[in-house]
Formats: sequence, C-alpha cells, structure tokens
Amino acid sequence: MKGMLLATWHYRHFILSSIKNEIATRFARSRLGGAWMILHPLAQVAIYALILSAVLAAKLPGIDNRYAYAIYLMAGMLSWSLFAEVFARCLTVFIDNANLIKKMAFPRIALPLIVTGSALINNLLLFTAILVVFSLLGHFPTLTILWLPLLLLVTLSLAIGMGLSLGIINVFIRDIGQVTPILLQFWFWLTPIVYTSGMLPQNHRELSLLNPVTGIVMGYQSILVYGQSPSLTILLYPTLLAIGSLILALFLYRRASEDMADML
Amino acid sequence: MSTMQPVLEVHGIGKAYRYYGGEWRRVLSWFGLPVKPREERWTLQNISFAIQPGEAIGIVGRNGAGKSTLLKIITGTLKPSRGRINPHGRIAAILELGMGFHPELTGRQNVYQAAGLMGHSREQIDDVINDIEAFAEIGKYFDQPVRTYSSGMQMRVAFAVASAYRPEILIVDEALSVGDAYFQHKSFDRIREFQRQGSTLLIVSHDRSAIQAICDRAILLEKGQIIKVGEPEEVMDFYNALVADKENSKIDQIKREDGKVQTISGTGEASIEEIALYNAKGEPVEFIGVGEPIELRAKVRVFADLETLVFGYGIKDRLGQIMYGTNTWHTKQVIEHPHAGDTYAFTISFPANLGVGDYSVQTALVDRDTHLTANYEWMDLALIFNVVNINKSQFVGCLWSDPVIQIEKLT
Repeated sequence: MKGMLLATWHYRHFILSSIKNEIATRFARSRLGGAWMILHPLAQVAIYALILSAVLAAKLPGIDNRYAYAIYLMAGMLSWSLFAEVFARCLTVFIDNANLIKKMAFPRIALPLIVTGSALINNLLLFTAILVVFSLLGHFPTLTILWLPLLLLVTLSLAIGMGLSLGIINVFIRDIGQVTPILLQFWFWLTPIVYTSGMLPQNHRELSLLNPVTGIVMGYQSILVYGQSPSLTILLYPTLLAIGSLILALFLYRRASEDMADML
Repeated sequence: MSTMQPVLEVHGIGKAYRYYGGEWRRVLSWFGLPVKPREERWTLQNISFAIQPGEAIGIVGRNGAGKSTLLKIITGTLKPSRGRINPHGRIAAILELGMGFHPELTGRQNVYQAAGLMGHSREQIDDVINDIEAFAEIGKYFDQPVRTYSSGMQMRVAFAVASAYRPEILIVDEALSVGDAYFQHKSFDRIREFQRQGSTLLIVSHDRSAIQAICDRAILLEKGQIIKVGEPEEVMDFYNALVADKENSKIDQIKREDGKVQTISGTGEASIEEIALYNAKGEPVEFIGVGEPIELRAKVRVFADLETLVFGYGIKDRLGQIMYGTNTWHTKQVIEHPHAGDTYAFTISFPANLGVGDYSVQTALVDRDTHLTANYEWMDLALIFNVVNINKSQFVGCLWSDPVIQIEKLT
C-alpha cells in the first residue's frame, strides 16, 4: 500500500501529463479544439433543459420552477455520468493498455488514476455547463454545494473499486466486459435519475436503496435541486460499499498480478 | 572482479503458465479455495546467475527457449512464479522501441511521455531533452506529430529516449533495427560507450559474431533451462551443435591443451580421422607466412551407407569470426552413396591470404549445403594455426590484399 502511494507520487508528472494528453489528443486536428470540451456537455444539458421541459413539463413537489424536471434530471445525470464513465473505463483499463502492461515496467496504479482523472475533468466541465444553464433557468445553487466534493469522493471510490474488481476478472474472463455495459443500462433505470424515488411504491423505495448509487444520486439531487444537505444516513451505505470494493480490488490485484501480464 | 558486488543477481527463477481448465476456477483459487491448476507449463526453471558490474553477457538459445520470458522477468514486466531478482541499479531495456507513442502528439511530447513512463521526473527530462533532440537528428520534425514520421524517424526518437540516461544494466535485443546504417552505427556506439562507463550489458542475439565481438560471457538457454555458461566462443559452438541436434546425436566438448574448448557433435556416421595443414614442401606446419600457399588435408572415414557426403570447412579468427568457409556442395563435388568402411582424403589448397594472428579451422561432414538436415560430424577448433608476417610489408587487418601503390608527383 505504501509502495503504491510512493509510486504514485513518483509518477505524478507522468499521470498528470497523460491526463492532459488524453484530453488534448481527443480534440487533435479539430478546428475548435478545446472548445469542444465545453460544447459537448453544454449541448447535452441544453437538450435536456429545452426539450424535456417543453415536452414533459412535470412539476416536482417542493420546487416551483417550470424547468423543475430538467433541473432534477441534470442533477442526477451529473452524478450518474461520473459513476458510469469511471466504472466503464476501469472495467477495460487493463485490456486497453495490454501492450503497455506486457512490455513496460511501471506502476500499474497509474492506469486507473489516468482514466479517473480524465473522467473527473469531463465531469467538472459538465458541472460548469450545468451551473451556466441553471443560472439561465433562474435556479441558483446554495452553499450546500460544498458537500459535493464528499459525494464526488464516494462516487469515485465506488466506481473505481467496482470497476477495477470487475476489470481484473475481465482480463481472464472477457465476457465480463461484454455483459457489464448491458447491466449498466439496467442499473441506470434502477436508479432514481429520470424518476423520483417518491414515485415508487413504499416497498420498492426501500429496495431501491440497496442500490448504492441511489444514495449518491439522491445526495446530488438534494444539493443541486432542493438546496439541502445530503442525508448522511443514506450515504453511509454507499460509503461502506465503496471502501469494501476498493479493498476487494486491491486484494484481487495482488492475487492476479502474476498471471495478468501472461493473459493479456 | 569476484570481490565486487554483482550488479544483478538472479536466484532460482522459474516461470509457470498455469491452466485451470476454466477461468472461473482460477478466480476461485485467488480466494484460497483449493482449486488445483489442471496443467502447469514451466517455460523457465531454475535460472540462476550473477552479473558483475561492467560485464557484457550474451543470452542465446533457440526460439521458444525462454529468452524473452527471462528478459521480461528481469525488466519487471512479468513476475516469476519462483525465485527472485536482485538488481542493484537502474535497468533499462531497448527491446520494444516506440511503445506507447501517440501519433497525434509531437516527438517532444512523446519523449516526455515515454521518459515519464520509464519513471523519470519532469526535471530529469528537462535536463536531457536537448540531448535527445540532438541525438535523434530529425530536425524540425521533432515538434511535429509522430503520425507524420517515417518508421525510421520514430525509431530514432525512441532509441534516443530509451538511451538518454546511462543505466546500470542495459538490456538490448541485438536483432533490433534502429533505422538506417548510419543510425545503427550511432546507436551501437552509444551502447558501447555505456559499457565503457561501467554499464552492464545483457544482449539477446542469434548472431554469433555480435555475441563474440561484444560479450565476455554467454548463457545458453534450452527448454527453459540454462544448459551452458562460459566463454562466448565455446557457448556459441555448443549452440551451433545444438541447432543440428537430432536423435542418436551427441555433443562433446573437449578441453584442448591450450585451454580452448573443442566442440564435436553429430551422429557419427562419418568422421574425420586426421586433419592437418601442410606447406608447399609437404611438411605439416603450425606457423604460416602471410600469403604462403598451404594445403588442408583431411582423412574421412564413413561408418554407415549414406546417400550423400559433403565436406565443409571454415577458417575462424581468434574471436570466432569466419574469415572464409565453403563446402563440397557449393563446389559441386558431392560424394554420392558412400558405403560403410570407405575412406576419403580431402586436400584443399589455397594461399594463406590472412592477417597476422591465431586462426582455427572448423570442419563439417554433412549431407548437403547446411548441417541442419543431417550432421554426421561437426568439429569446432579441429586445428589451430598461426599466421606470421615473414616477407610482406607491414600491414594491419585480417586479410592480405596485396596492394600496388602508385605515386606520381603532380606539381
């Protein structure tokens, strides 16, 4: 563990410049270059805000803005997109970098950190775009957004822990990489992002809390939509699961590392 | 030498590939469940050696002997199933040049990436970036995307990064091609320079002249095990015999009086009974004057009915490089259907147009142009002779090339 942290520190420049290069190469040879980084999330958010509010101008209890549903949706999407991107990239991080792993000796911990860093930057840009659209819609977040870094940390830990655990097994059993994106789709609809958990029948509501992402998404929603602090009791379960999954990932890596380069 | 601390110690390395007959069984085994692998294939077993600082070691062996696996374990990309490696100092490998180069990034950006991957900090890279640019010699391309590079230019940048810092241990794949002849020379000069400054070299090669020219010792791997360690010439002779190793064939290495090791291999269906060099007067000689006409005479006995018999010979210098060699296949003098008990005398006359020094003769009794289809007998160091300069003008080199020099005063 200590060795891993030391290696990370030693490779910090490499990790940071890899994140930078990953983003830079994505927009290489495009006219607008880095501007696309803002335009993509802005367009995504604008679509939700304009179309969904016009078509599904559903009112949410406890908020009187005619764009209430769009605001609710964006808060959930912000949380889910970070979870889904980090999770999906950790799932394939070893396979995607198979050549590098087979041929170069470097601390493997750098790889998930690079994909996480790049996903985090995407998410921060999405967050910026959302704040811009929110203010255009006349909805201003309160100081409770100071809770967001904590939620972010739980989201990342859970996504990295679960993604890497499956990602390690994926090296040996490639079906994992095929089936997980399908499950991720189900997972999205099992999480109260496009609906509110209040819409669920009482017994389903408790069941949906078994989904660790539910608590996180609800936290985002209470901060960004209602301006309230997140419920720490609901967050406790995702946090414990996140820690558990990180430990599992570390354990699996220790066990699998000897065979991993052979199988890639 | 022996009192110095080895720069690399390899203790009992073994590498097994385990097959579980189902990957879920492998995953279960990580959790301590008693799942036994269905099959274990050992690609390396019991590999131990130590390398002293500044030594150059050649690793030879046939394809699949385990050379690459061993190197990957030493560089740390593969983990051994058994044993351990103690390196004292930084290991750099020039094996996979251009790994991880991104086509959209410039040469300079890729250098930072690649050197970062090798574990260097930004400040360390800043210190050498100008040297790297100068060494690669690709001009303004250095600041253009790598996708615009030719493969040779990519190789140049890759080699320049890989060799930007002098490592304690440098691993080189000799078959590696680094662009054109000019850059090839330049890169090998740099490798030799590292060696002069005390770096240890570990070279993988099939090329005996490279191994013999550079290495102090050679290690021969066969089926995942070290089967020979020693002087490069001795090991390469053994390797050569091994390549032709067939059933009913044996390899002998005999220590000669002068300390050199003679390697004899083959099936023994034909054998050289006598071999010697004679001068123009028909006297057996060991010392020969430059340019003197000489005869190599060999008496060969056949022990089995054979389809064909070809006699080949080669003259090697003291480093084992072949000066000249041919056989009776190429001269269209193949003996057809020799019978058991036949004997033949081969007499080869030629002028000793060689430079001053020690030479050895290797002989081969085979069925056609190579010794890979049938090797009746292969003998390295069949005899040794000396070339001395008796009556020629002073010259250097390994070849006597009688010159006529004309000088005219023009003004």
